[in-house]
Amino acid sequence: MSQFTLPPLPYAYDALEPVISKQIMEIHHQKHHQTYITNLNAALTAQSTALQSQDVPQLISLQQKIKFNGGGHINHSLFWKNLTPASSPQAKLESAPGIKAAIERKWGSYEAFQKVFSATLLGIQGSGWGWLVANKPKGELEIVTTKDQDPVTGDTPLFGIDMWEHAYYLQYLNNKASYVEGIWKIINWSTAEDRYQNGIEGPAVLKL
Amino acid sequence: MAASLFRTSTRAALRSGASATPRAGFAGLTFARGKATLPDLSYDYGALEPAISGQIMELHHKAHHNTYVNNYNAAVEQLQEAQHKGDISAQIALKPAINFNGGGHLNHTLFWENLAPKSAGGGEPPSGALATAIDNTFGGLDKLQAQINTALAGIQGSGWAWLVKDKQTGQISVRTYANQDPVVGQFQPLLGIDAWEHAYYLQYQNRKAEYFKAIWDVVNWKAVEKRFS
Repeated sequence: MSQFTLPPLPYAYDALEPVISKQIMEIHHQKHHQTYITNLNAALTAQSTALQSQDVPQLISLQQKIKFNGGGHINHSLFWKNLTPASSPQAKLESAPGIKAAIERKWGSYEAFQKVFSATLLGIQGSGWGWLVANKPKGELEIVTTKDQDPVTGDTPLFGIDMWEHAYYLQYLNNKASYVEGIWKIINWSTAEDRYQNGIEGPAVLKL
Repeated sequence: MAASLFRTSTRAALRSGASATPRAGFAGLTFARGKATLPDLSYDYGALEPAISGQIMELHHKAHHNTYVNNYNAAVEQLQEAQHKGDISAQIALKPAINFNGGGHLNHTLFWENLAPKSAGGGEPPSGALATAIDNTFGGLDKLQAQINTALAGIQGSGWAWLVKDKQTGQISVRTYANQDPVVGQFQPLLGIDAWEHAYYLQYQNRKAEYFKAIWDVVNWKAVEKRFS
């Protein structure tokens, strides 16, 4: 069966500095993301064997591994693409006119939205992610969190912020508020808008 | 039961709220003026090196543990206000904050105590009744360590692995807990290993298996024996 492989980053490891250091990006991509893929492939191989032998208890026992490692692969793949160097035009909110209007409809202003989103990220107890999602293409926006590596399902994820400690600790230590403050400068609003306009079936479809 | 003792200690400390002197409660939990306080370590920050670096210990204790203490105190203050007003939904809404921050305070307090520098007996194998229980249950200390290390490696996200004692049967077993969920209820905590990334990342990064291996050099089995007996 086919195996998933680590997608290359759409920018250099140091391209997100000073918000995210080169060292963090290297370990995060080459080690953490790779481990999710390796473990996902192993779980899927085991699943395929279990299917052939009609081993239902084994199939069920593999589900959590697939969810965790498959989720880790999906989440990180979305994350890399929804970040961009601060100097790029994509980092400007104006690249996302549809989202900008939807944000203003829902939260009144971008600043108010950012405040709510940041507080949500800082309120996560343990490892997890914060997401801006839409309930359908061009639909209503919502801020949601997912624990550990649970992926967003049902709604369309527009962008996600990794709140696992490995995402920031080498640079920010326990000061995760500074990481959250900085990450707004490197959101790829152009990718987020693409996901918003077309859903995950559109041109920005996540090819894993 | 850890949780009820914890609560009792809080109330006792509240009653003697005039005292400014920190007083010891369950598992070395200390209170001053009715507030939970950050307990001192019984060893220097650098004393667990090379297993755990001084930088990690300092941040872990002064920044992370202290944040749990502060947020626990803030949540308890809100809880008292809600109780005073008879606001039941506010009391229920505070449960996650109390579980998370109170759990963080309990877990770290127990963790510091179940570690010790090598010069103070860290890594020296257990003896007596605990050693016998480990042999009978797991087939030896190395097998127990392997089982705990497998449990730690399998935690999906943040959490802890504990050697616990079942209060009903007296049996010991290995259990994992998510995030800062404390060991309460049927089980009594004997030995906890912190598998949050902040516990090892500055030194080991993604190589967490190396941290799980190294930490056995600084486990204070004497403290575990005391909890067991």
